[in-house]
Amino acid sequence: MNTHNTYNYTVVRQFARMTLVWGIVGMGIGVWAAAELAFPSLNLGIPWLSFGRLSPVHSSLLLFAFGGNALFATSYYVVQRTCHTRLFNDGLAAFTFWGWQCVIVLALCTLPYGMTSGKAFAELEWPIDILITIVWIAYAVVFFGTIVQRNTSYVYVANWFFGAYILAVAALHILNSAALPVGLWPMKSYSLYPGTVDAMVSAWYSQGLVDAFMPGAFFGVLYYFLPRQLGHPVYSYRLIVVQFWTFVSLALWAASQHLLYTALPDWTQSLGMVCAVFLIAPFLAGVINGFMTVSADWHRLHSDIILRFLVLALFFYGVEGLEGVVTSIRSVNAFTQYTDWTVSHVHAAGLGWIGFLAFGAFYAMLPRLFNIEQMYSIPLILLHFWFATVGTMLYLLALGGAGMVQSLMWYAQNDDGTLAYRFVESLQVSHPLYVVRLLGGMLYLAGMCLMTYNAWKTVASTLPKARKNEDSVSEVDSVIDHHPAEVHHDSHPPLDPRHGPHRPVDPRHSANPHTGSQHSSESPAHHADH
Amino acid sequence: MSHEVVEKNIGLWAIMVLVIMSTAGLGEIIPLFFLTAPKGVGSTVEPVRGLQPYDALRLEGRDIYIREGCAHCHTQMVRPFQPETQRYGPFSVAGESVYDHPALWGIKRTGPDLARVGSGYSDFWHREHLRDPASVVPGSIMPAYPWLAETVMDGTLTTTKMRTMNTLLRLTCRTCAVYAEKDIEAGPAKVRGSTEEEALIAYLNGDSDQPGGLGHPAP
Ligand code: HEC
Repeated sequence: MNTHNTYNYTVVRQFARMTLVWGIVGMGIGVWAAAELAFPSLNLGIPWLSFGRLSPVHSSLLLFAFGGNALFATSYYVVQRTCHTRLFNDGLAAFTFWGWQCVIVLALCTLPYGMTSGKAFAELEWPIDILITIVWIAYAVVFFGTIVQRNTSYVYVANWFFGAYILAVAALHILNSAALPVGLWPMKSYSLYPGTVDAMVSAWYSQGLVDAFMPGAFFGVLYYFLPRQLGHPVYSYRLIVVQFWTFVSLALWAASQHLLYTALPDWTQSLGMVCAVFLIAPFLAGVINGFMTVSADWHRLHSDIILRFLVLALFFYGVEGLEGVVTSIRSVNAFTQYTDWTVSHVHAAGLGWIGFLAFGAFYAMLPRLFNIEQMYSIPLILLHFWFATVGTMLYLLALGGAGMVQSLMWYAQNDDGTLAYRFVESLQVSHPLYVVRLLGGMLYLAGMCLMTYNAWKTVASTLPKARKNEDSVSEVDSVIDHHPAEVHHDSHPPLDPRHGPHRPVDPRHSANPHTGSQHSSESPAHHADH
Repeated sequence: MSHEVVEKNIGLWAIMVLVIMSTAGLGEIIPLFFLTAPKGVGSTVEPVRGLQPYDALRLEGRDIYIREGCAHCHTQMVRPFQPETQRYGPFSVAGESVYDHPALWGIKRTGPDLARVGSGYSDFWHREHLRDPASVVPGSIMPAYPWLAETVMDGTLTTTKMRTMNTLLRLTCRTCAVYAEKDIEAGPAKVRGSTEEEALIAYLNGDSDQPGGLGHPAP
């Protein structure tokens, strides 16, 4: 037990760095692809720059490289801090880092050349899929291994959301990628599932990864960093319990809502629609809980820029979730499906919820990882905030509008029952909106660059010091870290000082030399009352 | 059981999460493998009447469609609304997709639906359109694919592809037709010498007297 004095921040730093790098690359490619839709000649006649090849590079990078790396970084950070223990097995943790970067580099070497399975959000071909599976199993071992050797009696809720994401993605990835290989180079395989079943499995995977469990995992980020930033626990523990279990039960059942009005059997469609509507329960629980947590501290939004990112993320989650519930209703879905509305919706989650949370969490986490007081420049963070906010709003409104216009034009009929518009006419109307979307994307990317610059300066300014302190960093950190993200049952006003030191102490905590009993607020010690 | 028990026991927690999550797959996906319909109507695992596997050239063409990511801009799923069937043709049914590994239903229509595009245009039109869409349809934002016409195929993978398809069809679709051994042996020769453009157009424009391409008439 001589390692528990120090957390493993090395691997967290590595993942954090690469999140920024891949974020810029992925968003840059996204901006380029968006530009091609507004100005098609921008593909320059180069095969791997054409939209159909670029699009999966963009989505894979942002899903696996930006979102994935951000979740690796934050989950490794949060699980150590809330379990009061070092990551299980440094070697394996390092393997997850190098293995995951290898997956991303391989993606960059294959997708642009058209080596793709053709399955949405799971375009990577079979050898890479196998590597993903191996790395993911290692990830699960490191994460759950850390929880098993925790020094707290309870598993803090943030870890449930990370944990559910890890388990879900393992299942989704393995089953959705099941295929028979046809060739190793060029990589090529045929999906195991026949047409309609394949579409359903694919929808199940997309729903699980893109709509449910990856955004859901960011609740792990929220439930750690939000209370941490505010200095008091989340509003209601019970709401989180309700949110978590309703979410886990319904999220995947809602998959077939993506195939409404398709050739999928009607009963499957209806089942998906009903479950998608019921998803309003976890959605509301999360949003209410988040806003109620902040409710006593609205004034702090003026001074606390990190809080602003977190709160705005919650706002975008609210928008995205409501949209999701409403558009899962058949008759509404008929109107939005296949249009740019869908793209707007996905980006409400991507740019709004995931992006803003990752930014907020990183601004809070980076200084601690590198043992310095704060980021290099606060004005730059502010600028980033406004770039990201305006960028996201432009993006969502432009494409949301484009989606509606497209639908109206596709369905419009003249008095004599003939179609009112040719397909290209809907493109011409969309053009200005595509330009606005491009602007939004460029702003968002610029914000991302500002963040990376800021982070780079932060780290560069402290390099010698950080190197010297590398080993003691975490000790110092854990001593000043009095405000863990911890939730309490509603009946215990957590800010009341009497509830702090006088709480019965879980014996396992006093056994932990570096937290000691004065940190018992890090665990739901109130449980001992029952 | 108090929730506290789950909060303290990560193993129990993980089992609960896994069991609850897997109900969805069991409930919505597994049954799809066992649906049947009156003969000829087709289902999730039964072809509509007369539907045959893609012939060698179309199979290769379909793989080019996948490679170029056409599905990122095009759907192949006509929904049962009047304006939509008016624009694209009869709505799609499950039994039309049984030979599709993977499905190419798509999720976004930046361009029109292609499920029945084959009944509308000549090979010549497609050739001109693929080489320079905007010259055929002013205002088009579809990328040009001039390189398809320049790449001649050698058919090295064709046999493996057809055999793999046979394995898949035998596994998943009892009433599906499979490739005969002589078709498999003749496969590479059918493909060799054709350009990628020809293969793609063969896929897009499947002759209506020989079902299997995109253009085969609706059941
Ligand atoms: C950037 C998105 C995009 C990509 C990628 C794309 N297309 Fe298109 N496609 C369009 C648009 C927009 C139209 C409508 C304008 C036109 O007819 O050119 C269209 C039209 C078509 C049409 C005519 C449909 C009709 O009913 O008139 C065909 C056929 C077609 N595309 C085939 C393909 C093939 C094959 C590929 C892949 C090699 C492909 N497209 C890739 C956007 C795209």
